[in-house]
Amino acid sequence: MTNHTAVLDEVMEPGTPQEYSEPAILSGPSEARAAGLPAWFREQQSAAWAKFESLPFPNRKDQPWRFSNVNALDLSPFVHSTRLSEKEREEILDLSTGLKEVAGRLIFADDQLLRRDPLPEKLLKSGVILKPLERAIIEHEDLFRRHFMAQPAALGSAKFAALHEAFVTSGTFVYVPRGVEVELPIEIFHWLHGENASVFPHTLLIADELSKVTVLEHFRSAHPNRAGFACGVNDLVVGRGAKVNYICAQNWNEKTLAIQINATTAARESSALSLNVHLGGNYSRFESLSRLIGEGARSDLLAVSVAHGAQEFDARTLQDHASPHTTSDLLYKNALTDSAKSTFGGLIRVEPHAHFTDAYQTVRNLLLSDDAEANSMPGLEILADNVKCSHGATSGQLSEDEMFYLLSRGIPAAIAKQLLVAGFLNEVVDRLSHPAITDLIHGLIEAKFQLRSRE
Amino acid sequence: MFCVPQMSQLSITNLRVSIGEQEIIRGLSLAIPKGEVHAIMGPNGSGKSTLAKVLAGHPDYKVTSGEILMDGENIMELAPDERARKGLFLAFQYPSEIPGVTIANFLRAAVQARMPEGEELEATDYYARLYEKMDLLEMDRSFTSRSVNEGFSGGEKKRNEILQLAMLEPKYAVLDETDSGLDIDALKVVAHGVNVMRGPGRGILVITHYQRLLDYIIPDHVHVMVQGRIVRSGGKELALELEEKGYESYEEVKTTAREPALA
Repeated sequence: MTNHTAVLDEVMEPGTPQEYSEPAILSGPSEARAAGLPAWFREQQSAAWAKFESLPFPNRKDQPWRFSNVNALDLSPFVHSTRLSEKEREEILDLSTGLKEVAGRLIFADDQLLRRDPLPEKLLKSGVILKPLERAIIEHEDLFRRHFMAQPAALGSAKFAALHEAFVTSGTFVYVPRGVEVELPIEIFHWLHGENASVFPHTLLIADELSKVTVLEHFRSAHPNRAGFACGVNDLVVGRGAKVNYICAQNWNEKTLAIQINATTAARESSALSLNVHLGGNYSRFESLSRLIGEGARSDLLAVSVAHGAQEFDARTLQDHASPHTTSDLLYKNALTDSAKSTFGGLIRVEPHAHFTDAYQTVRNLLLSDDAEANSMPGLEILADNVKCSHGATSGQLSEDEMFYLLSRGIPAAIAKQLLVAGFLNEVVDRLSHPAITDLIHGLIEAKFQLRSRE
Repeated sequence: MFCVPQMSQLSITNLRVSIGEQEIIRGLSLAIPKGEVHAIMGPNGSGKSTLAKVLAGHPDYKVTSGEILMDGENIMELAPDERARKGLFLAFQYPSEIPGVTIANFLRAAVQARMPEGEELEATDYYARLYEKMDLLEMDRSFTSRSVNEGFSGGEKKRNEILQLAMLEPKYAVLDETDSGLDIDALKVVAHGVNVMRGPGRGILVITHYQRLLDYIIPDHVHVMVQGRIVRSGGKELALELEEKGYESYEEVKTTAREPALA
């Protein structure tokens, strides 16, 4: 158990609410929020804001937004977040329960850093960096500039990526030097707190050659009924022979509009595994770009969602094979009930010289009600020879035979159903060989079922 | 069977069952008192497995007449899970594979379902009992974290059925073709698991095509089922006779007396 004292030096002191009011995000950047960021970065942000304003709003006729409820993307209610009071900060810290053992931890609420549990001395000495983004911009400018949003948002959300860049003020910067293995996970919490608050969570993870690291990110709401907007970016830069696990546990409340944009680049012989668990949000969009840029690189793209009520989960992916002998394996599963909806649009692209590629894409939807809707648009674009590619999307109901088997053991129907749905999702979750994290995710999924049975 | 009180037997009277337009069980009566092991033998298509599923409450079958009483209580209107909680158990001929659900979690849910509301299963006791039963069936402990029946061999599936029988301790157990797909060693282990469960508080119905299983689970009574009816009942020696002579003579019976008066 690591139990480090929180470092509070760079944590912003709680301010008084009148320090700045709550301007709508659509009225433009907030000078107060950006204070303290270097001038070059603020210029970059101004340019990003101009780009946001110039880009058209998503339209359902655009392929990347086909089947999406673009009306859910109304940003007009959302405001720049205000500073939290001491009491609010304490309350949120109390709610921030996750893993028992971590290498380091950062807790943010409304984009303000509340607490930082630093890395153990040994990792700091070996050069591992875990810092809030605003410090990394200054202290590791070169690394930061080289990798910050280096991949264009190519899956539909260029406008939202621009918005993110314009408004991002904090987040997490992780750097693991060559050959260093960080055994315990790094844990990050992002909370939404204020009414109509907006957050722009950013995580930049750079794993140098032959390093190893696991990052778990939680997205949560402090209040069950306050509307919010989350527009996040997480970029994983996986160096030669490095091994990265990234897990996102998205559990915003169901009044949250959530957009998350991921780019992973995997260098030679490296391995990247991302597991995205989507439980919250009223509309939650997830874009994931996996670029295999070095020979022998591997990327596992895993996601599960549990959707009820009128929730909508919208996933767009690109497995981009830019080098020979690369492997990507995508497995997405959605369990949908009530009038919930999921959309998957995914492409495997094998570039002309990327021979001997293995690429798989599997999407499974479990429809638990007549009104649930699942749309799948798998795709292949193969420009090389000697490739093994497969894609498939299926939608189905619970198996009656399996159900009868459970009932015949005396398990009540409601619990039998839960077990079967959890089993359906576990096939994805259990691909991550990290018992503490999979336990935590099983718990979150179970809690979502409980939430449902209480309704 | 007339001397056994209704309160301690599973009794089936004049049961008729159809699937779609086809009648599969055609006026079957049978009583399995606690403390006894009964065997039903019969050729393929005689309706043995249908009987097992109907007892467990499978929704695909329609009971058109007759009744099923468990300890005097009519269970025909009860849902499958209610029947099971009242003490009925079916070991499946073809157990379902349940991906992603471990044996430990599956059995815990089943044991928990039998506990009074608000009472939580104590994990240490549960695992102690589970391991004890697994040892009995010579099952490796790593099975607990494997998904139910997924990728199991035929023998492993059947052991897993008997493990559930041992954990759930039903009043009445129906074993449907539990011997199919077993080699002789596995058969002995499974039979031992069943024999341990024999006792005054439990009635067992063994359904089988072959006499082989009955060398290891010695029945008190043997019934011959042909074309949806019990056509003959006798002691354990009847099984040997069937092994020798086959079912042909009974198939003739069914053609000559196709529609007996069952009023």
